[in-house]
Order: sequence, then C-alpha cells, then structure tokens
Amino acid sequence: MSLTRIRPARTVRFLLIASMLVLVCGHGAGAQSLKVGILHIGSMTDGGYNQAHAEGVQVMKRNLPGVEVIEVENVPEGADAERVMESMVRQGARLIIAASFGYLEPALRVAAKYPDVKFFHPGGYKRAPNLTTYWASTPEAFYLMGMAAGRTTKTDKLGYVVALPISFFLANINAFELGARSVNPKAETRVVFTGTFLDPAKEAVAANALLDQGVDVLGVIVDSPITVVQTAEKRNAYSVGYHSLGAQKFAPKGWIGGIAFTWGNLYTRFARQVMDGTFKSENILGGLADDYLTLGPFGPAVPADVVSLLNAKKGEFMAGRTHVFAGPLRDNRGVERVKADAFFPLTELGKMDWLVEGVIGQPR
Amino acid sequence: MQGLRGLLAGAIVSGTPLLYATLAELVSERAGVVNLGLEGIMLVGAAVGFLTAASTGSATLAVAAAALAGALFNMIFAFLVISRRANQLASGLALMFCGVGLSALLGAPYTGSQIGGLGEIRIPGLADLPLLGPALFAHDVLVYLAAPAATVLWWVLFFTRWGLGLRAVGENPLAAFAAGRDPYRLQYQALVVAGILGGVAGAHLSVGVAKAWAEWMTAGRGFIAVALVIFSKWQPLRAVGGALLFGGAISLQLQMQAAGVPISAFLLDTLPYLLSLAVLAVWGGTRRHAAPGSLGRVFQGTE
Repeated sequence: MSLTRIRPARTVRFLLIASMLVLVCGHGAGAQSLKVGILHIGSMTDGGYNQAHAEGVQVMKRNLPGVEVIEVENVPEGADAERVMESMVRQGARLIIAASFGYLEPALRVAAKYPDVKFFHPGGYKRAPNLTTYWASTPEAFYLMGMAAGRTTKTDKLGYVVALPISFFLANINAFELGARSVNPKAETRVVFTGTFLDPAKEAVAANALLDQGVDVLGVIVDSPITVVQTAEKRNAYSVGYHSLGAQKFAPKGWIGGIAFTWGNLYTRFARQVMDGTFKSENILGGLADDYLTLGPFGPAVPADVVSLLNAKKGEFMAGRTHVFAGPLRDNRGVERVKADAFFPLTELGKMDWLVEGVIGQPR
Repeated sequence: MQGLRGLLAGAIVSGTPLLYATLAELVSERAGVVNLGLEGIMLVGAAVGFLTAASTGSATLAVAAAALAGALFNMIFAFLVISRRANQLASGLALMFCGVGLSALLGAPYTGSQIGGLGEIRIPGLADLPLLGPALFAHDVLVYLAAPAATVLWWVLFFTRWGLGLRAVGENPLAAFAAGRDPYRLQYQALVVAGILGGVAGAHLSVGVAKAWAEWMTAGRGFIAVALVIFSKWQPLRAVGGALLFGGAISLQLQMQAAGVPISAFLLDTLPYLLSLAVLAVWGGTRRHAAPGSLGRVFQGTE
C-alpha cells in the first residue's frame, strides 16, 4: 500500500511559473536552471518538522529563480521512498533532499545508482560521495528556551510531551531543564512520553495530564506541535515550539518562543553548489552560530529582560566559553554522570541515556 | 485528588471516541456483519469533520457532515458484502485502506488550519461541585451524548421490533426471512447506523479532542473498538464500561508519567492492553453472551 501522493496541481503551477520566468529572463540572462526533488515524511503544513523543510525549499526558490521543485508529501520510509527518488531522477532532478531520518538507506541506494545526482539527508550518520548529511545541534537552543521558560513560569513546573525516549530528545530535555534551573533554581521539568510521533488525541490527554500536575509551560517533541500548543493556550498555560515557528498562531497569549530550523539559506547554498559544480560530500553539523537554527520570536508573556539575558548566554556558547552539559551533573536517580570540570560533548549526544536531576520522568 | 480528577477527565475524553466506535461495530456485528473497515470510516469522519469545521466554522455542522460521510462511506462496504456477497474480512480491510487514502487526500489542504472545534460545556451547578465536578461536567457535547447513545442503542436493539429483527438476522438470517423480515434491508440499515456512529467517533477525535487533523490520526482505535465489542459481549451498556476502562488505562499511564511515578514509559504504554487481557481472562469462558450466530457469514439468499 502506498500513501504517496504527488501534487499535480502544484507541480503544474510551478512548471508554468518556471517556464514564464525562463521566457522573461531569456536564456542568456544568467539564471541557471536546476531541478530539485524533496520528499517529506508527513504533511507540509504540520506546523512542525515537515513544514520547516517545506519553508526552506520555498526560500531556496525565491533566492534562485532558475530552480524548479518536485515536492512529494507523505512518502513512507523504505521502498516507496526509493521509487519516488528514482522517479524524480527520471524527471530530471539533479539535487534531491530526502527530508526524513528513515530515508537514509533508500537515499544511499539510489545515490549509488546515480552518481551524477546529488543527495542531501538531514541527520544521517552515513555518507556517500554524492550524499551530504546536515543537521543542527539543538541542546544549546533548548538551554536558552529553558532559561526563557524558567523566567516565565509562575509555578516553577515545566512540562514536555515527547514521542519516545530517544537519546537526542533526552539531551534536549536535559538542556531545557539545565537552562531553566540556571535562572530559577526551583524549576523542574516533567516529561510524558506518548510512545508515538503521531497521535494528536493522545497528545491532548498527555498535555492535560501535565497541566493537572500544575505545569504551566509546555514544550513538545512530536511531529506536529499544534495540539499540545493549543491545549496549553486553552488552559492559560505557556508553550514552547519546536521545528517550525508555524505553531505560534495557535498560542497568541501563551507563546514563549520557538526553536526552529530555517533551512532556506542552507538549501540555497546546496543548490548553488550543485549548479556551479562545487559540490563535495560533507557532514554538516551546525549550531547557534548558523543561519539555519533560529530562536524566537518571543511572545508577550516573556519578561522584557529575558532576551538580552539569552543573547549574553548565546554569545558564551558560540565563543565556546561555556558548555550546556558542564559538570558536575547528576542524573535524576542521583548517579554522577559528568564530573566537575568536565563536560558532556555535543558530538556524543547519541550516548545520552539519562535524564538530569530536576527532570521528572523515566529515560527507559 | 487533583490526580484522580485528571485521571477521570482523561479517561472520559479518551474513552468517548472509543465508545462511539465500539457502538458502530456492535450494531454492525449484531446484524451479522464484521466490519474491519471501521478505522477507515473513523478517518473519513475525522477528515470531513475537520475540513467542515475549518471551512464553515461550525462544529455542529462538522459533526453532522462527519456522520453523513461515515454513513455514505460505509455504503461502499455494505454494497460489497450485502449485495455482492463479498468476503467481509477482505472487504473490511480494503475499506480501511481506502479510508486511510481518502481521508489523507481530503484532509491534506486543511492540515495546520485553526478551528474552534467543539466547545466545553460546563453544566451549571454540577461543574462547580467539589471533588469530581470539573472532571465529569466540563466536556464537549459529544461526551455528554456518548452514554445516552449507548442506552438508546440498547433500547432499540432489545426492546423494539426493528432491533429484534436485526438481532434475528445476525443469529440466523434464514429464520429471520422465514419470519417475514428482509435480511438485506436490515443489514443495510444497521450499516447506515454503524457508519454514522463511526463518523462521529472520528469527528470527536479531530474536532473535539485534538482540534487538529493529521493523517491516520485514529492510530488504531478502529481496531481497539473491534476488540472492545468482544470485550463487551455485544452489549451496548457493557461497551460503556469497556470504553471507559480502556480510556482509563490510556489516561492512567499518561497521568502516572506526569506525576513522576517511577515506572518505565514503555511498560506503562502496554497498560491498556495488559488490562484488556486481564479482564478477558477473568470474564472469558462464559457462553451466555456469545457472538451472534451468523457473525461473519455471508447470507446467500433464499433461493
């Protein structure tokens, strides 16, 4: 069974616009042409992970008028993804963004078959001569959002609705709690794992369970933050977004801020590399210093001095003067995890299987 | 106390869509038709409900549209298994996958839309009662109508001529035919009712609880409902208890995590299923409320 749907209307509309641009610009006007294919695991308007990638592609199109895009939503990981990528190549795509973690193996297989096509994969741990991986390390951003939340909360109780206890998510929650505690020693973070990336009704019940415990700031790490952010707003609590800033409109009062991937400039650079032949396979791991990891915008609930406080801390992180997981750190069972004068490096996040002191939740 | 209140409110909210879905399957099975396509019907209801709410702004209209869409969608299944005498299990699964695709197609342009959804109705006086008042009397209208719907269905099935005919068709269609009933007609009618209830179950998820549309957002509830019918031994009033118990297990594990009870989230996640196994083990074995006699069999006509 395949849930794959190509949006013909969108493609046709884009083809029309692109051909008009070609006519207007003329062939010699310097507008190089490139066909880009992108696969999404979910819906492009989910206010979360997929929307962030889709918005990035829109920015790339605006920056580079010669770019033509084939965009396919809801592509299941596995053989379907492989077929969609092959079809994109046949349609002339020379740059393919396989925008989900589970597309890595299919992308590697297709990449081996078509060495002239360049592939880009977010978060991949394997590369190929024509496949670049990219991601941004998020704990520093979560730390800063934790600071904002720690200053905004009135009950000193923060909450997170999270899909699964995966090491990268545990690291984000830990960073959030450490940031909150750095400005508010009484702040605690309660975590509820829903066990799935997509079950909005269960997310609503989970959010309410946290609010019932007196939590007044809710963050969320599932595919779409919309339900959790709305539930918080309805019960007059604050919320923190992730992936895309598209969720802000659901919380006009309680929005604290968001950590968003703004892939537009990076995707523009990718397209330029492929067009002028300067592509080389890389493993890109960005952070706060890069233009594709964005904080904010901050909502009306955040105290006025918080932004300057965050910027100061952000400067320290970027200069390497301080670390998110700087010791001494104990986990929430009292076991020492990071010694004094040491720190847990952000490159080792895959090994983080504990929750820091102050987080209420079970890492396994 | 706060915890108990949250637990109960969560159980009711999680249990309501399950109850509507269970009633849908129950009325269908009482007429002798197993419908594994319920998940698809719920999804169509959820998508149509959400897009109606997003485009008209009316939650009432959304629920009505979802009910209508569920009934119409179930008629595809009815045509296959009643008129064409196709295999019920295969047709049901086909209907489910069809529903997954159709709902994705319908809902896609509305993903990320903001809707008001079903509002919370606080019952004056009762909602302010101490202890459990807010947990029981501050919900949307579909929650209040769920248990009454089960009661009405119970009354219709067991105390009306129509219900008697329906159950007779489920037990032995030939005997029902000999007694002057039209098995085809009654099965069609049962599947219309099942479609309506399934559509409402989906609408409660998208317009009532989550106030969002996401693909395959039913997340298997349509199949849980099929199990809940067995669990409730084809009795609408027991279905209320079953749905509440199952919703309670979902709510309990989330509440326990939020309260910081030191048990693994993975283990807590299996709680609803462990609970149903336990109850089936305790209740099972009695033949008194066994399945309808002709459940799943295709009525081949009288010629």
